[in-house]
Order: sequence, then structure tokens, then C-alpha cells
Amino acid sequence: MSIDIDTARKVAKLSRIRVEDGDLPALAEKLSSILGFMEQLKDVDVEGVEPMTSVTPMRLKRRVDVVTDGGQQAAVLKNAPDAREGFFAVPKVVE
Amino acid sequence: MSVDMTGANGWTIAAARDALRKGEVTAVDLTMACLTAMDAGDGLNAFVHKTPELALEQARAADARIAAGDAPAMCGIPVGVKDLFAVKGVPTQAGSNILRGFKPEYESTVTAKLWEAGAVCLGKLNMDEFAMGSSNESSCYGPAVNPWKVDDRRLTPGGSSGGSAAAVAADLCLAATGTDTGGSIRQPAAFCGITGIKPTYGRVSRWGVVAYASSLDQAGPMTKSVRDAAIMLGAMAGHDAKDSTSADLAVPDFEAALTADIRGKKIGIPREYRLDGMPAEIAALWDRGMDMLRDAGAEIVDISLPHAKYALPTYYIIAPAEASSNLARYDGVRYGHRAKLAQGDGITEMYEKTRAEGFGPEVQRRVMAGTYVLSAGFYDAYYNRARKVRALIKRDFEQAFAAGIDAILAPTTPSSAFGLGEQGGADPVEMYLNDVFTVTLNLAGLPGVAVPVGLDSKGLPLGLQLIGRPWEEADLLNHAYVLERAAGFVAKPAKWW
Repeated sequence: MSIDIDTARKVAKLSRIRVEDGDLPALAEKLSSILGFMEQLKDVDVEGVEPMTSVTPMRLKRRVDVVTDGGQQAAVLKNAPDAREGFFAVPKVVE
Repeated sequence: MSVDMTGANGWTIAAARDALRKGEVTAVDLTMACLTAMDAGDGLNAFVHKTPELALEQARAADARIAAGDAPAMCGIPVGVKDLFAVKGVPTQAGSNILRGFKPEYESTVTAKLWEAGAVCLGKLNMDEFAMGSSNESSCYGPAVNPWKVDDRRLTPGGSSGGSAAAVAADLCLAATGTDTGGSIRQPAAFCGITGIKPTYGRVSRWGVVAYASSLDQAGPMTKSVRDAAIMLGAMAGHDAKDSTSADLAVPDFEAALTADIRGKKIGIPREYRLDGMPAEIAALWDRGMDMLRDAGAEIVDISLPHAKYALPTYYIIAPAEASSNLARYDGVRYGHRAKLAQGDGITEMYEKTRAEGFGPEVQRRVMAGTYVLSAGFYDAYYNRARKVRALIKRDFEQAFAAGIDAILAPTTPSSAFGLGEQGGADPVEMYLNDVFTVTLNLAGLPGVAVPVGLDSKGLPLGLQLIGRPWEEADLLNHAYVLERAAGFVAKPAKWW
């Protein structure tokens, strides 16, 4: 199965990565090569096999539902490209 | 008192520990020797953020602890840290432009444990961007260079932990941290002639380690000897409430397990690993490894891992799928790079431009491939099928171990180090084939250790890999110790940098 230019454009959009139109054919070609490589799995008989959810048979631990951390606004915002008045600032999202 | 510290940067952890405890050297002297070697090693592009002030402060504190008689094994040992581990206040970029300028306000559990044990931080080490690569060439810093050199070419140190392997092999530090998602500790260790262990999934906390593929990622030590790997793994491992997949199991004394007695152990040789077209030198090395273990009293047993040949395509579905989800966090809002926006650009343009500028080509490809295999209509055909094959791959190992196999011996890589720029330029899959021997055990969650065993006809290091039962790193390291002693690999790269 190969990826055409429209599919490459769609995948780029879903991934929120801007790809210029001129770069789409090369991208489609490389993604097709990767996908072609994945096709080998079609040969495996997976009838009745449960998909793996956890590589080690381990039950996730539970903890008491209490506040263990917080009050670190300055540290949380310290690396933000744009932080104002104690918030992350982004372009307008609501008209 | 003046001690001649020339060459102290070339010591093993074990030798330095013993000298420190006897008062023959100080941690400050040892650290100075490494800082000097590190600065003289810039041509290798291994260290990408240096922390000399932090190193000397930690070294002085280590000397005080040693003087007070409170000295854990790693106390005063200068190490390098892969750029994937968050070190508080120190640039942590995962080799990516999208994290340029990021200085975490927190410390990864692994590095916190190392500093608590008295280790000294020399700086951050080069790596493939977000640990996606097998040659270190996807790094935003440019590739680290292998200290081994046999002609005019600059060779890859391997990847993704290429900076770690180059730094340890070139004696810029005593040891380094690495991470291994599909071979990223073992392949560079093999290419640079050092030792590296990927522990059982869950043995070492992933907290504070930049995520690539969370169900596969595991951190481990990269060192100059098996004993050093045992010592350093002991300091890195252990349960961590901050990582829900970290195992609540006691950490054994890995070093104490190095008895070199493997009499009666059964070593499996997976016949599916004997690939068509395997270079004669790799096949011969593998045979030699079998002889070494047999001579030590182990029994060599032919085994079958019938689904091993599907490990690579399975990995290249699961890892990009998880990466596409993990890397969604790089959106230009909370940390790292944000693109300059044009008039009228909204938040979607901000995401798309930021990620196009911040991610390199291989990371973009893997995020997109992962997005594709998770998208509606393809999820079952690719991602779910891969998770089923993964279950079969793991079952193969379980059946081998249930039949009494103690460890499995295989090559680490299909070749010795290749030249920078020689692979994967036209077709990314060519580069993926480097991981053919290593990815299988990440999919099965098993521990694996790479040990340098010899040089090829060109004079470059070749390694063998041992794969162990889950949680039995101690026993696995003991097998590796036998291989190390029998191989007697002492070659070092001639200094050209």
C-alpha cells in the first residue's frame, strides 16, 4: 500500500506539522517506504491473539487520592515561550 | 600533595571507587582530569552542554562524604548524562530544536538517584533527536563522532545514545547514562567498544526522561566494564512512585552476582537470528562467543524464536504510534520553541509552524507514520495487529525460558560502525535495519547487555549481546562477565581528536 499526496497532506494536518505543497511528493514516497516495510505483518497468523497492553504482568499501583504537590505557578510557567499574568498566552482561540 | 592524575579519566568506576576510598585520589582531582579530557574532546561532539561548576561542587561534596566514611559506590564518580534526562537548571533538549532553551525545573529520578549516591555531573551528551535514530545523525547538535577511526572517514558512534558511547570510549568520563527503546544503548556500545545494559522494562524509573515510546523506553548504564555496569545499574534502579510502570521489586546487589560461575547454565542460540547474508565476521564472532561460554561450563542449545523476524516492522509501528502521542505535547505553549506567527495566524498555525520548525525530518516522519497507523480505518490493520504480533514475540521468549534457557546469545549489530552520511539518506528503512538484533527484546520487555568481544578486519569493535530472563539482570551480568573475561577486549581507540 502506498501513500498518495492527498493522504500525506492529511497525515501532516492530523500531526499538526506544516508541510509545504512542494515537499509532499517526497514525504509521500518516504512514508510509503516505511509503510511497505510494515506490510510484512500481514503474513503473521494472529487469530485469537490478544493485543499486548502491558509488557510486564503488573497491576498498576493505587495511591490515596490526596494533593501531593502544587503551588508551583512560577516554576510551571518558567519555560513558557509566552506567559502573562500567571497564564500561558496563546493566539486568540475564541472569536 | 600532588598526585599525577594523568589518565585518571580512563579509569573504570571500580578502580576509581577503590582509589577514592583508600584516599589515593580525590573526587576533585578525578573530576578535573575528566573536565580536561572533555574540553580536549570537543572534536567528538559528544558533550553538548557542559556543567563544570556543578561537577566541581558535587566533587567537593563527594570528597567530604568520603572523608566522613559515607561513600556509596558511585560517590565521586564523574559521569555524563544523555540529553534525554531532565537535570534541574541544565539545558535538556533531547537533541531537538523544539526544546531549545528548555531548562527543567525538576530532576529525573535516575539522575536524582545518581547525585544522591554522590556521582558527579560533567554535562549532557549528544543523541539522536528524541532518541529516534541509529547513527546520531538526527541530532540538532550535529552528530557525535566515534573515537574509533581506521581511515579518512568519520564514523558514527551509533545511536541514539551515540554521545554517551563516544564519551565513555574516548575516556571523557568514567561512565554515562543511556536509554534504549529499540537498541539505543546496545548498538552504540557495540560500535564504540564499550559495555551497555538495557534493564528489564520497569527496573529503572522513566520519570523525568523525555518520552519516545513509553512501553519500550528503559534507561541503563554505559560503561567500560561489566563490573561498572553492575555498580551503576545498582545506583540507577529501583521502584519510583512517580513512574506507575516502575516495578516494586528489591534491587539486588548486581556486583556481588559477578562470580564468573556459569557451569550448567543453558545458553540459547536463536536460529532465526542467523540472517541470510550475515557477514562472515559477525557469524564467526558469534561462534567464538558460543565457544567462550561453553568453555566456562555452559551448555549451548539451539532454540527457535519464530516471530523474531517480525520484530522490526512491529517496532516501527508501535514506537512511532506511541511517539506521535507523546510528542503531541510539543506545541509551542508550555516550553521550548514557538514559531514567529504571521498576521492573522491562529492557534492551529502556531502548532503547525512550531512543529515544522522544531522537529527534524526523521522525527516528523515518525510522528506522521505513527499518526497514520493510529488513524481511523487503519488502527486495526496496523497498530492492533502489531500489538498482537508483539504478544507472540514475547511468547516465543517465554517458551524458551520455560524450557530451561538461562540466557540467549546473539550478535548486537549486523556490522561494525559505518561512516557518517553513508546510510538512510534515500530510504529511511535502510537505517532501521541496524536495529534488527536489538528491538526484539524491547518488545518483550527483557533485559539485554552488549559486551565488546573483538575487532573486525578493519580494526573496529564488534559486540555480542546476551538476553536474560525478566528481572534477572544479576544473572545476565554474570554471563556477560564470563564473556568479557574470555574475550579479554582491551583495545582502545588511538587518540586523533
